[in-house]
Amino acid sequence: MAHKDILTGEHFIHGDAACAEGGLAAGCRFFAGYPITPATEVAERMARRLPEVGGVYIQMEDEIASMAAILGASWGGVKSMTSTSGPGFSLMMENIGLGMMTETPCVVVNIQRGGPSTGLPTLVGQADIMQARWGSHGDYGCIALAPSSPQECFDLTVHAFNLSEIYRQPVFVMADEVVGHMTEKVVIPPRRELTVVERTYPNMPKNDYFPFESTGSLPAPMATAGQGYNVHVTGLTHDERGYPVITDIVQERNVRHIVDKIRKNAEKIIRVEAIGLTDAEVVLTAYGCTARVARQAFENLRDRGHKVGFLRLITVWPFPSNLIRELAPRVRAFVVPEINYGQVAYEVERTAQGKAEVMLMALMGGSIHTPEEIEDAVGEYL
Amino acid sequence: MTEKKEVRLAGFGGQGIILSGHILGQAASLFDGKNAVFTQSYGPEARGGSCSADVVVADVPIYYPKVGLPDVLVVMSQGAWGTYGGSMRPGGILIMDEDLVTIDREPEGVTVFRVPSTRIAEEMGRRIVANIVMLGALAALGGVVEYDSLKQSVLKSIPPGTEELNISAFDKGYQYGAELKARMAS
Repeated sequence: MAHKDILTGEHFIHGDAACAEGGLAAGCRFFAGYPITPATEVAERMARRLPEVGGVYIQMEDEIASMAAILGASWGGVKSMTSTSGPGFSLMMENIGLGMMTETPCVVVNIQRGGPSTGLPTLVGQADIMQARWGSHGDYGCIALAPSSPQECFDLTVHAFNLSEIYRQPVFVMADEVVGHMTEKVVIPPRRELTVVERTYPNMPKNDYFPFESTGSLPAPMATAGQGYNVHVTGLTHDERGYPVITDIVQERNVRHIVDKIRKNAEKIIRVEAIGLTDAEVVLTAYGCTARVARQAFENLRDRGHKVGFLRLITVWPFPSNLIRELAPRVRAFVVPEINYGQVAYEVERTAQGKAEVMLMALMGGSIHTPEEIEDAVGEYL
Repeated sequence: MTEKKEVRLAGFGGQGIILSGHILGQAASLFDGKNAVFTQSYGPEARGGSCSADVVVADVPIYYPKVGLPDVLVVMSQGAWGTYGGSMRPGGILIMDEDLVTIDREPEGVTVFRVPSTRIAEEMGRRIVANIVMLGALAALGGVVEYDSLKQSVLKSIPPGTEELNISAFDKGYQYGAELKARMAS
């Protein structure tokens, strides 16, 4: 059965299927979810594939339960995942917070559609980016990856699992309907060429193990139920052992830990694709399906001799603030096309600190920009 | 010289339009060694609504994934003609199911091929393979992917046990297309 988990070879599959294959290749063996357009195909693929590799697929009564189930599975020692779209992502928020507070590794795939509420069930949106960052109450660090192709749906889902194990928290794959439903060649590498981070388990004597201790800026290894360690898991503010301590002092340590493990490692986590930034006068900043349109616009503008840069966010969170801060004084403007009414554009504006203009090209959802629109927008600064 | 072709297949839900798009894109991507992006659009209905399958094929990387003005438009229903008939690249190719689509006036600067794909499939006793007949015609008329690649892609995409039926449908479509092309050239 084991050889079926990594389908080494070339496939012509859509982004949703590639997310599922990425999960399987990373070792995911538990998926709990509730179908929702345009993410249903992730669950469908998992329902068919997980039994082939000895894993468990369970369709839950809703997204609240789905999120709870994957947290439970993770504490049971299994890599776990769910997929959803906007309305389901909203329902998951409470238990995503529980995952952050209990430092539980797992992966949540969000194939974004137009919102708010039921919005555009079958059509594209990119308006859940800030929700991924701030959607659950309280402070926590956030890792969110934004694939631009089916190949990246595979690659970044594997990577999301790795990051979730290293930083011990839910990690988001923030795809969108266009990328999720787009079919392209996906190359799945041989097992030996895949980087898969396995969970680190404690091996110290029982009394020396503190599951919620901060070791440097990283979380402690994670014991699982039945391993013999005493583990108490709670959404309440807790000490290193995981026991509730409702004081400002422990809250200070607890929250700083779950925020700082991402903040202090941000430069290690951040990934961007940067082209032509050295002499750029205007920088196109985009992610997901919009980055493909921006890339086409970039190629067309460069062909006409214009000094344009292309900055694609592969990690939307943590945000590449240092890079934007460094670029801002030497460029005229950042042009930020996105399928929402301003989310990443505000983050660019905040980090550019007034040193460069920031132009938001907002689309409310249902369609993507055209390269010509983006070229015209850049043209205003050339 | 870099070449990029945009193909749109359009019809109503249930005709196998989306599968055809997948087969075409897969042929270009996995068997012709080109870059291919396949996207689709359809309404909330399971069957009957207009739908389209868009395939972009190129030797260079494809960034913008959607079809703008198709070089090749395949139309298999009157409704789809109404929705998609208005936009074609000048010098392009229009292939239509002649029994299901009637057009008042041929679009200017476009080569029109009329293929009775549904009738051919019905004559085989299996209307369901009309889309595969049309893919065969596309192999002969479209100039997008190689005949062998498309055939291999058909074989990779159909349920086991239906190989003979589908390949026969594909070849009937190809033959019709090749003869039509020769007839129109003479």
